[in-house]
Amino acid sequence: MKTLNIIETAYRATIEEQDDTIVWITHAMKGAGADLSVLLRGNAVNYAVKGQDASGLSFGSEKQTHPPMIAEDVAALMKKGVAVYIAEEDVAARGLERTDLIEGLKPVSRAGIAKLFDEHDQIWNW
Amino acid sequence: MAKYLLIESRDPFDSNDTGSYQALAGELVKQGHKVTLFLVQNGVLPARPGTKSQGLTDAVKSGVEVLADDFSLRERGIRADKLVAGVKAAPLDVVVDQLVEGRKALFH
Amino acid sequence: MAEKKTLTFAVMDAAYENARTTTALRLMDIAARRGYDINVFAYEGAVTLPFSKQSPHPNAVHGRDADQEDHPLPRKFIAGLMKTAKEKGGKVDWINCGLCVDERGVAEAIEGVRRGSPGDLVKCAQSSDNTLVIGTR
Repeated sequence: MKTLNIIETAYRATIEEQDDTIVWITHAMKGAGADLSVLLRGNAVNYAVKGQDASGLSFGSEKQTHPPMIAEDVAALMKKGVAVYIAEEDVAARGLERTDLIEGLKPVSRAGIAKLFDEHDQIWNW
Repeated sequence: MAKYLLIESRDPFDSNDTGSYQALAGELVKQGHKVTLFLVQNGVLPARPGTKSQGLTDAVKSGVEVLADDFSLRERGIRADKLVAGVKAAPLDVVVDQLVEGRKALFH
Repeated sequence: MAEKKTLTFAVMDAAYENARTTTALRLMDIAARRGYDINVFAYEGAVTLPFSKQSPHPNAVHGRDADQEDHPLPRKFIAGLMKTAKEKGGKVDWINCGLCVDERGVAEAIEGVRRGSPGDLVKCAQSSDNTLVIGTR
């Protein structure tokens, strides 16, 4: 069963969780044997941007010791063999160029997204 | 040909992503698939003819079956007999029917 | 009798925060009444839905005491779904993501809820007729 995980909500509780929870669960499900791809769309295309830095927060005496490193986590998914697609129009709309993004992503157009759906048995829109 | 169920819970007054979802539905039909766009929660708001209903009209014209959850309509005082042309009220059971039919199903 | 089917739902919203929870429970209700087997993977805030310590309260704005208010408790809705599913020949297997439970301190859940992991979502999906993911925003 080939599943496409669509990630579109971005930076939701990522500080509290020290992760993006859908990137995280994708890692966990891959580890459990799932056959997964990922599509980054909407604001989540920003997850692929190089140079994100969420470090340095503290709340009173409590310091955050492991800030989220989402681009690195996305790159790690690709290293595990998860294809990561990224919605081209959403990238351009946010003023991003290809060189702003990490390597290894598979750009896909709006028309291409429909074809991508065809290549998967299930589409999970998180 | 595959069959798709696209459930839309968002509305164009609150989210500017509903247009992309409607366009996706149209694109899937264009690529030869059967598509139902099922509106639920505030997703039914544009089914009352208004300034942001064009996307639904376009979806209907492109061959998407557009249904609106009858409970969500009633909850919002939207009359089922006064919906955007081509949009039909339907029970949420349709979603379960189409899930067990094996449609590729997305919730937006 | 309708043919037995198995559906899996993944839900994320916390109790009392969003209409998506109501939609998810409505879908499970339809499936339960049909006697289907229903798997639920509760992720993130959704692990609070079956928290056993939810308690009712009065509503002074409407002049109702706690009994009169009969305030909805998601844990009771879930227990109701489990009861109906069983009566109709099906079942509800509600799995709370364990790490999500830990970080929220909601380990006390109603009977019939079990602790699990993302691997359970994979297993459920692979053995279901279909899976619907209802994410959060």
